Amino acid sequence: MPEQDVAESAPQVVSAFLEQRREQIAQRWADAPLFRWVFTVSRDEAVEACKLVVDALSEVAVSGRLEDVATAGFAPVRDQLGRMAQTRARAGSTPAQIAGEVAGLRGPVIELLRAEFTDPDTPHAQECVLALTLLMGTLRLVVMETALDANADLIERQRQQLLEVATPVIKLWEGTVAVPLIGTLDSARSQIVMESLLEAIVDQRARYAILDITGVPTVDSLVAQHLMKTVAAARLMGAECIVSGIRPAIAQTIVQLGIDLGSVLTRASLADALAYALSRQGIEVSRADAGASAR
Amino acid sequence: MMRPSGQAPATSLPIGSDADLAWVRQQVRQYAAQLGFGLVQQTKLVTAASELARNTLVHGGGGQAEITALDDGRSRGLRMRFTDQGPGIRDLELAMTDGYTTGGGLGLGLSGAKRLVHEFHVDTEPGRGTTVTAVAWVTQVPSSRPGAG
Repeated sequence: MPEQDVAESAPQVVSAFLEQRREQIAQRWADAPLFRWVFTVSRDEAVEACKLVVDALSEVAVSGRLEDVATAGFAPVRDQLGRMAQTRARAGSTPAQIAGEVAGLRGPVIELLRAEFTDPDTPHAQECVLALTLLMGTLRLVVMETALDANADLIERQRQQLLEVATPVIKLWEGTVAVPLIGTLDSARSQIVMESLLEAIVDQRARYAILDITGVPTVDSLVAQHLMKTVAAARLMGAECIVSGIRPAIAQTIVQLGIDLGSVLTRASLADALAYALSRQGIEVSRADAGASAR
Repeated sequence: MMRPSGQAPATSLPIGSDADLAWVRQQVRQYAAQLGFGLVQQTKLVTAASELARNTLVHGGGGQAEITALDDGRSRGLRMRFTDQGPGIRDLELAMTDGYTTGGGLGLGLSGAKRLVHEFHVDTEPGRGTTVTAVAWVTQVPSSRPGAG
């Protein structure tokens, strides 16, 4: 019994208690909102998940690092806790609510610990309760930390997705493809633009490629350099590249900045660029009602 | 003249990544629009800011951008100051030459940015970092080539 073994330190007592009462604690936690709402399929699953968390806590307690969020004892359950927090977040819980739900696990386990002592008011018993309280507080921090890590991962994934989504290559006509560029053209994005454009040139056997920069707010020397490199690469693939959508303000800025786009074929609008590409391929577009006389 | 409403007279922004560059551009655009710069001048200012902020990042290893709204009683202006603690510029005259680059770019950053604004000043010393100050005024007719050559 814990209270007879006064020499044992509070964390040791807590660890032994968690190990011995593993089943009871897990049964109680399985009914707590955090576990019940995450493991909706079966209660046994929730109990098993609870047991893993109890084991981890016991491990941490025996190491004596009750307040160390980064301690190795939490490692086995980090994934599980992160998934639980994510599930709750997806269900609409705010971080504060999730933290509250983790805090809700403390009550039942403290109650069980106090029941272990014949007199729960002795200094030693109180020390043990305090140790367990600290441990549960650390668990809460671990859950929040894993949840935040998951968010950072999500943001990074979305950033990657945005890189790809934002650069579609459109087939305008047989042998003519276009890329409407939108937003900031940094090095990473222009690399992807170049790759997808070159691939499209091969796939579509395109002779003409149009880079439309209507949606690019700023054309500085780096963006211009990226454009020129893309144009040069397209040329090596046997396609003629046309840059369209240069707005008046950007045209003036490019000139004053000293960028020489003389080697690049440019047109004011995407329509002009398409008209150029069509006429170079000997395609004539005319109104149907104008008959053969239209030129 | 009054200060543009809802805009602090000066903002200091960190420059440490590509994302910071985008933020600097956005802030400069917002300042310029609120100060009454026309679309062409706005675009020039944003482009100059982009060049100078990238220099701070690439050559200076990161630093600070400071945007200040100016008012000399006759016209409004915008001052952009880019500070880094990097290696500095050894030969400023060479660095200001069109086409000279140490970073693999087009070599138009400093010289081009100078042409996009009205006042331009570089304060640098090898090993002591670099501070570039650029000022543009709203009403003044943009001199097409200040310091031609």
